[in-house]
This record gives sequence, C-alpha cells and structure tokens, in this order.
Amino acid sequence: MSTLEVSPVEPVTRPTGQPVINDFSIQVATVNGSGSQTANNVLMRTLFQMGIPVSGKNMFPSNIAGLPTWFTIRASKDGYTGRRKEIDFLVAMNPETAREDVMKLESGAAVVYDEPLQLNKLRTDLHFYPVPFDKLVGPVCPEAKLRKLVRNMIYDGVVGWLLSLDMQELRKALVKQFGKRKAKAAELNWGAAQAGYDWAAKTLTKTDPFRTERMNGTAGKIIIDGNSACALGAMFAGVTVVTWYPITPSSSLVETLMGYMKRFRHDPQTGKATYAIVQAEDEIASIGMALSAGWAGARSMTATAGPGISLMSEFIGLGYYAELPAVIFDVERVGPSTGLPTRTAQGDVLKNALLSHGDTKHPMLFPSSPEECFSMVSDAFNLAERFQTPVFFMTDLDLGMNNWMADPFPYPDKPIDRGKVLTAEDLNRLGGFARYKDVDGDGVGYRTLPGTNHHSAAYFTRGSGHNDKAQYTEREDDYVNNMDRLARKFEVMRTHVPRPAIELRDRARIGFVAAGSSDYAVQESRDQLRGEYGIETSYLRLRAYPFTEELKEFIGQHDRVYVVDQNRDAQFLKLMRLEYEPDLIAKLRSVRYYGGLPLDARTITDEVAAQEGR
Amino acid sequence: MSTVLNPPPKKNRIGLEVLNYKGSKTTLCAGCGHNSISERIVECFYDLGVEPWRVAKLSGIGCSSKSPAYFLGQSHGFNSVHGRMPAVATGTLLANRNLLALGVTGDGDTASIGIGQFMHLVRRNVPMIYIIEDNGVYGLTKGQFSATADIGSTLKTGAPNQLPPFDCCALALKWGATFVARSFSGDKKQLQTLLKGAIAHKGLCVVDVISPCVTFNDHDGSTKSYSYVKDHEEALHELDFVPFFEEIAVEIPEGQVTDVELHDGSHLRIRKLEREYDPTDRIAALAALEEAAARGEVLTGLLYVNTTSPDFLEMLNLVDEPLATLPQDRVRPTQAALDEVMEELR
Repeated sequence: MSTLEVSPVEPVTRPTGQPVINDFSIQVATVNGSGSQTANNVLMRTLFQMGIPVSGKNMFPSNIAGLPTWFTIRASKDGYTGRRKEIDFLVAMNPETAREDVMKLESGAAVVYDEPLQLNKLRTDLHFYPVPFDKLVGPVCPEAKLRKLVRNMIYDGVVGWLLSLDMQELRKALVKQFGKRKAKAAELNWGAAQAGYDWAAKTLTKTDPFRTERMNGTAGKIIIDGNSACALGAMFAGVTVVTWYPITPSSSLVETLMGYMKRFRHDPQTGKATYAIVQAEDEIASIGMALSAGWAGARSMTATAGPGISLMSEFIGLGYYAELPAVIFDVERVGPSTGLPTRTAQGDVLKNALLSHGDTKHPMLFPSSPEECFSMVSDAFNLAERFQTPVFFMTDLDLGMNNWMADPFPYPDKPIDRGKVLTAEDLNRLGGFARYKDVDGDGVGYRTLPGTNHHSAAYFTRGSGHNDKAQYTEREDDYVNNMDRLARKFEVMRTHVPRPAIELRDRARIGFVAAGSSDYAVQESRDQLRGEYGIETSYLRLRAYPFTEELKEFIGQHDRVYVVDQNRDAQFLKLMRLEYEPDLIAKLRSVRYYGGLPLDARTITDEVAAQEGR
Repeated sequence: MSTVLNPPPKKNRIGLEVLNYKGSKTTLCAGCGHNSISERIVECFYDLGVEPWRVAKLSGIGCSSKSPAYFLGQSHGFNSVHGRMPAVATGTLLANRNLLALGVTGDGDTASIGIGQFMHLVRRNVPMIYIIEDNGVYGLTKGQFSATADIGSTLKTGAPNQLPPFDCCALALKWGATFVARSFSGDKKQLQTLLKGAIAHKGLCVVDVISPCVTFNDHDGSTKSYSYVKDHEEALHELDFVPFFEEIAVEIPEGQVTDVELHDGSHLRIRKLEREYDPTDRIAALAALEEAAARGEVLTGLLYVNTTSPDFLEMLNLVDEPLATLPQDRVRPTQAALDEVMEELR
C-alpha cells in the first residue's frame, strides 16, 4: 500500500456564485519569529466569539526564527474541528513560500498577499487581494522596530473586512489576548487592524464567496490546547512531584502547569508550595525522580515525547518490576530518532506498550479531546497508584499544542485514590506485611512508604529478582510466581481502565476503531462516507490499553473494522493482533497516515472508499 | 544452683539495640572494604540514635550498591539502576523532605555511568549522605578498570591504566557539595567520625571511601590496595565528633583545635596534625587534593564543610510536611479555582 500522503486530493467543488458561510479554512503563511501568533489567535478568537465553531493549528518548524510557519484556522458551521486539507483563504506573508502556497490552492480560493510579491501573476483561477502592508503600517506604528509585529494585525483587519467579521469582537479578542497589563500594545494593534479594515473597505472589491455570519455554535465553550488541559488535569488530580526535561511538543505542558500551580497550590497561610517541580538534567533523571517520588508516596509525573521515552526505557522497566507508580505524559511527535520534532504522530504506541527489556507491559490512556485530557489525568494517577505501576498518558502534538474548542471542564467528582498503602496503625493491627504478596487476588500487593514510623514497615525495593517479601532471589519458582502475578495484575487492569466510547449504527457492517486525536477526523469521515457513498459505520474510540472486552465484541459484531493509525506500521492494529484470535484479526483493516500533519477526514474517507471498492 | 543473668543488652538514646540497626548477612567477599563501611554505618546510626524508619537507603548497581541490604534492616531501601541513584535520592526527598537519605554507590556507579547524575546532584546540593565505596575497579563484572583508577595502576592481569582518574571529591568540591570528605575503609575511627558528621550536616555530604577490592584490585601495582593506601594515606587532621545530645567541654585547647558546629547542634572537633588546614576554604581544599595526587598520596579527612549554603529542598520553598502524605483538600484546588480558570478560557 502506498503512503496516504501521496493519494490524490479529491477536488471539492463548490457551487459558484453562492456565498459560502461559516465553512472555510484560512491559512496564514508567515516566517517563524515574526510575531504572527498573536494576530492568528485573535482571528481565531474573533470567529469563536461570533459563535462559529473553530479550530486553530500551528504548523511550525523546529527552529526559533526565520523558517516558514503556517497557521490554519478552520471555521465549520457543522462543528468539524479536525484538519481540512483544502485551503480556501490564504494570507501569504512569507515570500519564501508564497509561490508554492498559491500553486497548491484549489481553484476558487482567495489570496491576501503582500503587494510586492505580485502573486496574481501566478494563476487566473483565484481571487487575489494585494495589500501594501509597508505603506499601511507606517502611519499606525511610528516605532520602526515594532512594525514587523504590528504588520500582522493589518491582515487581521483586511481579512476582517473580506470575511465580514464583527470588528468589535475582534477588538475584544485583542484585548483578551494582550491582557490588562499590555493595554497599550492592544491599542496599537487595534489601530493597525482598523487601518487594514478601512483600507480594504475603501480599496478592495470582494469577489470570493467566503464570509461569516454570527451563529450560536460556541456558547459556553472554552478554547484550550491539550497540553494546558493536561496541566490542569494534573493539578486537580493532586499531583505533588513533577520532574521533567524540556522537549517539543511536551514542554508547554509543564510550563503551563507551573503557572497554575503558582496560583493555586501554595498554602494560603505560609505561602509554601504543596508541590515540587524540578527541571532535571535529562529524561533519565526526570523519570528516575518521578518513579522514586512515587515510591516514597508522592503523586508524581513527568512529561516528554518519543526521544525522551526511549531514554526512560530502563527506568520504566524498573517501575514495572519493582512496582512504582508514576504518570508519564507522552506528547507524541514524528520519529524515528529526532524525526520531525514539530509534526504530529501516534508513533509511540507499540513501543510504550512493551517498553524495556524482559517481559514488560504498561497501561496507556488515550484522551481524544481537551475535556478528556483534563478528566482522564485523574484516571491515570488513580490507576498508577491503585496498580503501583507507571502509566502512560498518550497525547500528540496535534492534540497537545493546537487550540481546540471544548466544553468547560467539570470539577472532578471522584476522590483521589492512593491505592494500597499501609500506615503504622495498619501494621500494628496486622503485625507485619509481605510487600509483593497477592493478598486480594488482584495481583496488587500492599506497600508502605519510607518514613512510616513502625519497626516492620521497611522493605527493600530492587530491580533484581525478588520474592513475596521483597527479598533477593534467583529461584526459578519465585521468579515465575512473581512474573505470573504481574501478568495477573495487568489482566485485572483491563477492567479498571477507562472504557471505550462506542457508537453503534443500525445495519452498519463496517466499524472504525481509532484513538486520540484521530477522533476529529474519524467523526467527519463517517459523515462523509455516509453522505457521499452511503456507507454507514459504527465507531469504537479506544481510551486505554490494555484493551477492554468491548473491543473484542465490537470487532466480532462487524464484517470489517478499519483501525486508524497515525503511524507507518499500523501500531494500534498490531497491538490487537498480539491479543486476538485469527478470526477477529482477519476482520481488521488498516487506515494509516504518517505525513506529520494532523489527520484529516478526507484521507480516511478516500482510503476506506478505496478499500471498499468504491 | 545459681542462675547467671545476662546483662541487659545495651540501648541507645531512643531505646534501640544495635541489632535494630543491622541488616541481612553480607554476600560480598570476605575482607571486602565495603563490609567495614557497612559496620561503620550500623555503629554511627546506633550511636546517634537515629530512628531507622526515618532513613531511606538508596543505591545504584554494583557490589557497593548491594550493601544497603546489609545494614539498617528497619529502613526502607531502594537498589535501583546503574548510575542513577542521584535521581532516585532526589525524587525520594522531593516526596518526603523529612527523610534522612543515605546513598551508597561505587566508583563505577558514580564516576563512569553515573558521572552526569552525580554532577547534577552536587550542583543541587541535595541534602543527603552520598558514600562512594571507591576501589578503582568493577567487582561485579570481574575486574575492569573504573574511572577512578590512577594512571599506571595495574589490573590483576598486569595491564596498566593509561587514563587520568576522576577525583570525585574534587568534583564535589568544585561544583557545590557542602560536606566533602575522603576516608579509608580500614580507618575505623576517622570513618566513623566523618559519617557522624555527615549525619549531622544538612546539605550534600560526599564521602569518598577508599575501599579495597580483595578479589580484583588488592595486588601489587594497584593504588587502591590495602597496603598501598596504608602506606600512602595522609590524614589532614584528627577528628572528634561531639553529638548534639552530649555536653560539650567548655575548654578548647588553644591553637590546636578548630570547632565546627553542624546543623543539628553537633560539633566536629578538628585537631591539627603536621599542617595547617582550614576545611572551610574551598580553594585550599582543591589545591591540597592536587598536591597530594602529585605526590601519590591519599589525602583523608574532612576536606571541606560549608554550613551556610542553602540546600535544594530549601530552595523549593516546600511546605513542612512530606508532599507524599498531604491530604486531598491540600492538593486539589477548589471548585472556585476551576471556575476562575474556565472563565479565563472562554
């Protein structure tokens, strides 16, 4: 099978002459380091405040300044927030890429561009709007060194006029973006936006069909990226020790967490912190600190990406074998090796499931939205402490770093579960304990924390062979008993991890299985398959590994099940192959995308249609 | 017939017997320097009446790292992965700042695979005792050079080491440890005094103990053998330790003795031998190490002590109680806090 990256793009034909309202994507092409992020966020927020469902994706280089960056904003009256392949509205600010950006557009798209680039000579089937940015920025921004930044706000104004945005909402978005402390900067930028708008109104003639209208699709919603949602989730899950090493795309998770913890997790009386956040010297140290903090009783976590996970491999094997709780956030990016550090993938699934030497397996949770990033972090911590084991919290760059609309997060309703920890009083009552003895039949022993004031509290934790009492052993029976208990524990976990979300459709012979950020594209693709091909599909969205019974049943219920993977090797599908009988495996089909961009619905739809012979 | 009554076993100030500080039987070679160090640890913690449950024993991988099983059986122990004990100690203390962390490592564990983590532990001045059982050789893999082997020192096969050694004391001194000492596993009194000083100090205590490997590095040609160290040891001073719970003699003999007060109120009495040496002078300590190395001598004693630098946990401004056991209402912010954040994101 060829990579889906090269599959032909289905042309989307729009009826000519008719206005296209609240259903388009805008791409802003700039140079990174030019400060366009503010202008892009303001544009996105303006649409959001007008009630139009919206999502924003930043496609940026692994670089600080000078390389091309594209920011895509999708407005969708139907509420689709996954990536759309087709660009309807291009703002071409980067001379380096402008030519190629224009050539890639579908016929009928609109282009706002910097006048000297003369892009209108390239094609005749597009709507061109040349803007003399340099001439416009001078009068609104007397300070020359700020012009590079303020220039971006002019395209917000031009686009505002072209798309009939509510400029008062844009102003509100600007004020919110800059905050109270930067009111002066907000005013300067508002002046630029107005100048762009006024110039466009006076000068341009609108010929493209795209425009906006107020609607009611975002009431009560918030805008947040997955990393921030994870950070909030961790704070409300009661995390106490955070040890990390910076790596794209996970760094902002901990950095955002630091900000929130400073606000909400200092003792009101003493001002002292109820948490520790430590930037370690590398990922090996960060996981070592997290696991040992878990050993000593903290709710501990680290956040990283694939290369970090590779480094953590040895320690995570220790975590499995010595049974140490910690939550490891893996914000996946494109590998192997350094790969494409600022592009998205789900490429760590198979590796994490079986990470480290010897027989090891690890639970993974797969949130697919900011709401789940928030709520499932609590599940992850509870699982880690209840089952005394490292738990992977799997997101990716698309979910983690891009802006999503979400419902406000409900306050956690479940209490914090610290698992089986014996106190000195318990030990008085019991007389003693054996650390790795399976007292309850769930494979999980009782532990004590260092610092427990009791003469029989201590035990010796080791990564070498150990028996029920945590004593060193090389005996065959001790080793096998211990490994069998660990396997049993993993089986019990199967019934404790978050259940999948299942949507069964009447008469659907075809099923989808997907996880994480694939959800947005899968949902849209199902609508496309129904609308364009009459193909009805059911859908099981995985939320955890080990897989629960529901997955087996779901595969059994359908003739063919398309497993969506954002990786080359069909990693989710391979994990299922490891568990299931041939009759179920025979039903599995693969839809893979691994080009590094957020998955889009069209890619899935085309692939499924092709495999269905349509 | 008369009954002979055994005298009641001796107890320390918290009512425990020395037995309460012992561990399981050692599996190291007979005569291994590490066993002497384990014995000193037992004695010191007993003598000072440290509650065993308050201690966390931490180690990496190697012969030395196995030894925490052989002392303080009533303390939690964690024999982790090779070269990573510093991370494990740091994480443990983050979770529970009230623990007394006692790390035991070797020269392979610290100076080779673990040199990076060691340096960062030093840089952070993590409050713990870090004992390097230093024999210049890999014992558990049967006799390869480690990174503390001296130039010209030979393996059992006669092969000489050509690379310069890391001096872990010099590294610790240079980059931020606040209690740095070198000793010899065969010097019972000095090692005991230094360990007691380390227990009383708040900050990173790096104690590099030359601890000969009787099986792989005790031959002629080795500079970490019993006989070599005995012949080349140069003690900086004579040390006495006065614990905080004992009366201090008011009179300090004039000119001969320096007194260092440690964090828990204990005192180290430093009696001058041949040379003048001020253990609070970091630059002088580095110079003394360089000079001794040039003469082929093993300089032992308290190389450096600094009782004023803040340790890593102090810098973090943590609440007084262990983070590990804070109740839910102190670690989960309120509904109002969540509402406030949600409002900002609208």
